[in-house]
Amino acid sequence: MHDVYSFVTGPLAWAAFLLFIGGSLFKLGWMLHLVAKKERFIFTYMSWRYSFRSILHWIMPFATTNWKLHPVLTIVTFAFHLCLLATPLFLLSHIILWDEAWNIRWWAFPDALADVMTVVVILSCLFFLIRRVQQPEVRFVTSTSDFIILAIVAMPFITGFIAYHQWFNYKVSFILHILSGEVMLAAIPFTRLSHMILSPFTRAYMGSEFGGVRHAKDW
Amino acid sequence: MSEPVKQEGAQALDEGIEAGISGLTTEQIASVINEVIDNETGARLKTYVDTCVHCGLCSEACHFYLSHEKDPHYSPVGKVKQTLWEMLRKKGRVGPAFIKNAAIIAHTECNLCKRCAQYCPFGIDIAYLMLVVRRIIHKLGVTPLYIQDTAHSHSVTMNQMWVKGDEWPDTLQWQEEEAQTEIPTLRIPLDKEGADIMYSVIAPEPKFQAQLIYQMAVIMDVAGVNWTMPATLGWDNSDMAMYTGDNEIMGRLKRTHYETAQRLRVKRIVMGECGHAFRSVYDMGNRWLGWKMPPIPMVHAIDFYHELLSQGRIKIKQKYPEPVTLHDPCNVVRGGGLGEKLREVAHAMCETVVEMHPNREHNYCCSAGGGVINCGPPFKMTRVNGNRVKAEQLFAAKTRGAKTLITPCHNCHSGLHDIVEHFGIGLEIKFISDILYEIIEKPEAT
Amino acid sequence: MKGGREWDWEISEKRVAINEWGTSFGWVEEPYASPDGETVAAIVNVAEMEFSVCVNGKAWDVTFDKVWHLRYLPDGRLTALVSEMGEWTAAIDGIAWDSKFGYVWNPLVSEDGQAFAVAAQQDMQYCMVLNGEPWNETFANMTYFALSPCGTKTAAAVQVENAASGEIHKFKKGTFTAALEGKAWESTYVNVWGLAISPDGESLAAEVRQDLYDYTIAVDGKAWDTTFSCVWEPIFRPGTRTVVAPVRTKGQWTLAENGNTLWDRSFVQLWQPIFSPDGNHLAAIVAPAFGRWTVALDGVPWAKTFGDMVTDVVFSSDGKRLAALAKEGRFWKVVVDGKVWSHKFDMAWPPVFSPDNETVAAKVETEGTYAFVVNDRLGPHACEAAWDPVFSPDGNRLLLRSIEDGVYCRRVVPVSDFMP
Repeated sequence: MHDVYSFVTGPLAWAAFLLFIGGSLFKLGWMLHLVAKKERFIFTYMSWRYSFRSILHWIMPFATTNWKLHPVLTIVTFAFHLCLLATPLFLLSHIILWDEAWNIRWWAFPDALADVMTVVVILSCLFFLIRRVQQPEVRFVTSTSDFIILAIVAMPFITGFIAYHQWFNYKVSFILHILSGEVMLAAIPFTRLSHMILSPFTRAYMGSEFGGVRHAKDW
Repeated sequence: MSEPVKQEGAQALDEGIEAGISGLTTEQIASVINEVIDNETGARLKTYVDTCVHCGLCSEACHFYLSHEKDPHYSPVGKVKQTLWEMLRKKGRVGPAFIKNAAIIAHTECNLCKRCAQYCPFGIDIAYLMLVVRRIIHKLGVTPLYIQDTAHSHSVTMNQMWVKGDEWPDTLQWQEEEAQTEIPTLRIPLDKEGADIMYSVIAPEPKFQAQLIYQMAVIMDVAGVNWTMPATLGWDNSDMAMYTGDNEIMGRLKRTHYETAQRLRVKRIVMGECGHAFRSVYDMGNRWLGWKMPPIPMVHAIDFYHELLSQGRIKIKQKYPEPVTLHDPCNVVRGGGLGEKLREVAHAMCETVVEMHPNREHNYCCSAGGGVINCGPPFKMTRVNGNRVKAEQLFAAKTRGAKTLITPCHNCHSGLHDIVEHFGIGLEIKFISDILYEIIEKPEAT
Repeated sequence: MKGGREWDWEISEKRVAINEWGTSFGWVEEPYASPDGETVAAIVNVAEMEFSVCVNGKAWDVTFDKVWHLRYLPDGRLTALVSEMGEWTAAIDGIAWDSKFGYVWNPLVSEDGQAFAVAAQQDMQYCMVLNGEPWNETFANMTYFALSPCGTKTAAAVQVENAASGEIHKFKKGTFTAALEGKAWESTYVNVWGLAISPDGESLAAEVRQDLYDYTIAVDGKAWDTTFSCVWEPIFRPGTRTVVAPVRTKGQWTLAENGNTLWDRSFVQLWQPIFSPDGNHLAAIVAPAFGRWTVALDGVPWAKTFGDMVTDVVFSSDGKRLAALAKEGRFWKVVVDGKVWSHKFDMAWPPVFSPDNETVAAKVETEGTYAFVVNDRLGPHACEAAWDPVFSPDGNRLLLRSIEDGVYCRRVVPVSDFMP
């Protein structure tokens, strides 16, 4: 078991971070390369002002027409994304790992808060799952990969939650937690989770077109 | 997972589509799809496909979806799934039946109105993706008959309606004579080099609605505008080739239009009350040619009337008494930001303006735009039934007193006419110029 | 443009009070000045639905039901398209052609002004008419038109197979071709556009679309072996029958001669190629990057680019200098040999080289006032209207035609008046 632990926290962690960072950089680079090569005109329409005008509207809950149209989803999705990003970053036990490995540390959430946030992520995933199955317009465009992606996102939180509360076999759930976290990191650039990297750009482009050319709101 | 069955009536038969798919093989289809995807698309297509999380949040943007009791086949992303995703997933190896369905979806169940781009949290431009599908359909020769014929007219005559070279100046001279019975010194100056403004229209005006040219001539004359209309090709600003994916013809049309304006050395081009033409000259055709923005400023009629009214160059004799409601044409309001000016013009002209909701850039499309009405009679009910929400909106406006519906766009005009008629709403539909012509101060007839 | 030796080149001013014409007529349309500046003319309304042309205050003896497209030919003759009793024709100096038609439009003029051609429709059949002589053959439709540089031949894109509206599949098989002097090519195409006739008048070239996707150039009915995703109108190399045209491949434009690539670089856009008079140089309007425009000479773009538009590329007579107009924002500028003049205008007209090619002049407009600019120096005259400046044959004087305070003014001034 110790070997497995060493493997997932050693080489595999490196691999996961390399894939995540390298893959993300590659993904961005490839997109910009494609724009430069085939759709250069896009650069000429990009506007900082309208890019941020659009992004800011869309990262604020209820600031757009569509967020207002779906209040429950809006609350869930904002809570989900906030907790999804913040929990792993400000979890005390994660920060300790950073400290041990690199001698860097930062402020941490109280464990109880992190615990609640984990539950929020898990319940949100459940909400998304139900929405995917229940809502015809979502079900219609759902493929197996959508469930896999949802599982990839949910797993680190489910396993982390189990490990933290030391249900079942702690060691197994701990290793599974690390493993699933690594799977998620590595999957980001290579699945539709890449919307994490790409969506600011698509949003910025649409914002620039609507603001600078079409003189209309895109929210 | 089992899929719901699409709600639809008997599928329309279209000779262009049927004949187009009749000789196609999967190999030919794959070759064309891959050629278009590989050579003609780039970061946008790739990023949009990679970024879409299949959340379905675009659905409620679409009037087809809302009008079909939220049938997911009609949601924007649902249409992408039934066309482009499948083409990509199968690396182009889809059959003729699939292509037929894709042609129907892309050409008749999407108005390219871009409302969904305002509802997608990532700003994915589904209208662009549908245009890619139409480009593939064009390259496969499966474009619906009526709009293909229109594209052919564009290619031969540089106008939308097979108007021949002589018929155009002849019509203008006829309208000039007609208008001279009202204002004896009125002119429609042809090919007047160095005029301030070139006025361009779409071909249905000389073909069927010459009174619109008459009305504009009166407005120009009363306002004392130094204007001209070309007697040569380049007078028509319309563009169905943009909607059939025949980008090369689109470019040719726009080049002819702008070079004609340049030959006449005008400062600006004023265009009639048309939406798609604005998109073509402002946003699409110019880009294909390499112009970032129109090389000669394009002024839509709404903007022009606003200018004439606010500068006092035309004066209202008596406001239009009937309550009116406004339909915002997507291409000039969502596509050109003219929503406020449209309202200011309407309030300047009319006693009472009853707003429809949603409005301005959040309006529902007329369901005729994007070339859908140009696909002709086989698909008339597709767009009428596909826009029940508009009918409800119109009915609500009528209930609140509106008697007249103003829409400054030809396609909206025709499309809303069909909706008003089919659903028995009973609103009179007018262009701005119909009302302006009636209510402005004119020199007394001698 | 260079004026004739026999013209009056004395430093002087001649005036015609066109503002007085209004009292004699219902209305006076926009005036046109003759190339030598001696006369000024306008279409005038003489009675209800009765029109004539007033030249230097005197109307033509004849009147017509309608008169339009009044223009002077380079040789000084005055033309208009006229209608009488529902029939249309052209009138030159007040004398209508004997041949009458259902309609005439799109006048074409040869460089020396000796040839004047129009497109004509009679009983819904179409043909070209050169100096009053119609083609023997007529066609169901006719779209693009050309007159040979020598003025002896006319050509048009013509429809030779009938395809009713809606017959898309028949149309796609090709219903159009080109006709030189009424003789149609055997080959048919989906579309035929942008015609050019060779300098000797014997050869005809056109842009063709062979199906909905393949574009190329056809010369005398034979298409180039290579096809392209798009082409623009062809031109003939001076003194030859070889044809050059802008072509598009892989989303970029370049120039091709007889189907083979001519320039080694490509552009976002390339159009309006023009040969120097001696045929040694070739220039075109190009967009080296999206939204940036300039002129390329022999494949090399000027360093300076412009955001909106570049137009009116003109070679000097010796082919060594090149001028053009460029628009940046709302202003037009004159660009000579890649150098931008300091003055900017609301509108500018094609630059004119002096006979010795040392001086460049142009008509320009700012806020409704017209003026002349010579080598980037703005002249003193503020005019209500103006026509292109004309250099004297020795290049020392300029003929300036304008309207000031409602009076037409023919002015000959020394070019040195514009110099520091």
